[in-house]
Amino acid sequence: MRITQGTFSFLPDLTEDEVRAQLEYCLEHGWAVSVEHTDDPHPRNTYWEMWDLPMFDLADAVGVMEEIRACGAAHPDAYVRVNAFDASRGVESVALSFIVQRPAEEPGFHLQRQEGPDRTQRYSIVSYAVERGPEGERYGTRG
Amino acid sequence: MDDTTARDRYAAGVMKYAQMGYWQPDYEPADTDVLAVFRITPQEGVDPEEAAAAVAGESSTATWTVVWTDRLTAHEAYQAKAYRVEPVPGAEGQYFAYIAYDIELFEPGSITNMTASIIGNVHGFKPVKALRLEDMRIPTALVTTFPGPPNGIVVERERLDKFGRPLLGATVKPKLGLSGKNYGRVVYEALRGGLDFTKDDENINSQSFMNWRDRFLHAMEAVNKAEAATGEVKGHYLNVSAATMEDMYERAEFARELGSVVIMIDLVIGYTAIQSMSNWARRNGMLLHMHRASHSTFTRQKTHGVSFRVLCKWLRLAGCDHLHAGTVVGKLEGDKESVLGFYDVLRERHNDANMTRGLFFDQDWVGLHKVMPVASGGIHAGQMHELVDLFGDDCVLQFGGGTIGHPEGIAQGATANRVALEAVVKARNEGRDLLAEGPRILADAAKSCRPLRAALDTWGGVTFEYASTDTLDVVPTPTSI
Repeated sequence: MRITQGTFSFLPDLTEDEVRAQLEYCLEHGWAVSVEHTDDPHPRNTYWEMWDLPMFDLADAVGVMEEIRACGAAHPDAYVRVNAFDASRGVESVALSFIVQRPAEEPGFHLQRQEGPDRTQRYSIVSYAVERGPEGERYGTRG
Repeated sequence: MDDTTARDRYAAGVMKYAQMGYWQPDYEPADTDVLAVFRITPQEGVDPEEAAAAVAGESSTATWTVVWTDRLTAHEAYQAKAYRVEPVPGAEGQYFAYIAYDIELFEPGSITNMTASIIGNVHGFKPVKALRLEDMRIPTALVTTFPGPPNGIVVERERLDKFGRPLLGATVKPKLGLSGKNYGRVVYEALRGGLDFTKDDENINSQSFMNWRDRFLHAMEAVNKAEAATGEVKGHYLNVSAATMEDMYERAEFARELGSVVIMIDLVIGYTAIQSMSNWARRNGMLLHMHRASHSTFTRQKTHGVSFRVLCKWLRLAGCDHLHAGTVVGKLEGDKESVLGFYDVLRERHNDANMTRGLFFDQDWVGLHKVMPVASGGIHAGQMHELVDLFGDDCVLQFGGGTIGHPEGIAQGATANRVALEAVVKARNEGRDLLAEGPRILADAAKSCRPLRAALDTWGGVTFEYASTDTLDVVPTPTSI
């Protein structure tokens, strides 16, 4: 399965030029771009690992592209996403977030059920990859 | 009342409202006053100032005759004051009447009280042929007595982990008659195909064909399965509207127990019930979706009723997280500039007076959360570029028929909408002109997405081009009071 978190997951994977165009859009708005990675893509895992701090003072998309590449090289089998943070009053939150790297294989999730009274169910969403091993050993061979 | 003594003023009998002090053209509204502008159509022979004074009187302290018990009060303070009357441009016999109300006339934090005053009696008052409440300015001091939306746009996005694009939804169709099991099938297909939300319709409550409890169980099975299938957070607006508060609380509690992120209420439950459910939603970390069922009975006609922009203000104060606010391009009433004005009321921190969008007053929201506007009703993937261009990212675009009616299936319909949306957002961010290039952007996206191609082939040419009923009558200069 293909995890469809992030803004452009229903489109074909973005090319480098397409990623750069999105970064330029973010920087034009004055948003701070950051890079994060994870091998636990549970839909409620908000805190992916930060690849350094948000780049508050960076004005050039080329610099962000380098960070994306470096993060991907260090974690070749992980999900990598780019977040753009809008610090303006009344937002102070993420303004755009999209995946720029994903593992070659995405086994996805299964639904674990616990039967409750009167047909109610307790549901847990469980990642096949996370069940395989600890952090760094979940996707591919290198983690 | 310069030349009227108190003795004359309070002599038993009937007196013109203007003479009783409800028309005060020299009055300077205070920052703490509640302001209202009404469109008045006076009866033949009633001059507009007297009609305005009558509306001010009947929506504050007056009755049809003089009463001596006014003299037991600081009457002048409690009287509403009509302070300006101007003809409506291009509409003979109609006038905009501006009325100021002292803040102490209102109970803090109560839409029920505000509406009982401002629209309680006056719309049926004989000296006016028709009466419409066009806009209101709620003073900061009163705004801060309302808790506002329980969650707001920012918190909703963080909970759902969805940023930088409009959210997508669909109302389950047919809206009446599906069993719980079949209903949940539609929810599952639409969510796994790419929508963020599905929705109960306004009149789905607990009928013989589908008990509410059965619907909730099947819908949440579908939501959880779709989350596992996609790795995304999903939701179904479970409509908890019911005959009594006890029933609504029971249904809301059950939705919470089942892990739903969102519940839904209809406008027809009434302002008190809305505020109660808003409090419940705030206590329980639940998104509150508001369907504006019934609003057109009083918002659509220009000369009589209440403008939807006023309803937007009341509902932002009362506190809902989503509110249906129009599509412009879809099947339901909605003049473009008016609808954009509604979106401004729901989404901005501060509204500047802007007559081209029907906003008569400056309105400060003092940090009250923003409401996510919902565009729903007769929209389809072929209009995606227009919708994104009109409304930007902070809205929910709901494609009911445009998802479920897809020739290849519900999930394919959902995928078509999601691909169209992401392609349009991507193109916009790249700096492309959506209105000029929209059809090309969609056609290109459809090359790698067969369901989108089928959607464009099926609905590409469908438009709803009827003249709007509720259009703006623009006056040349905006005003701040």
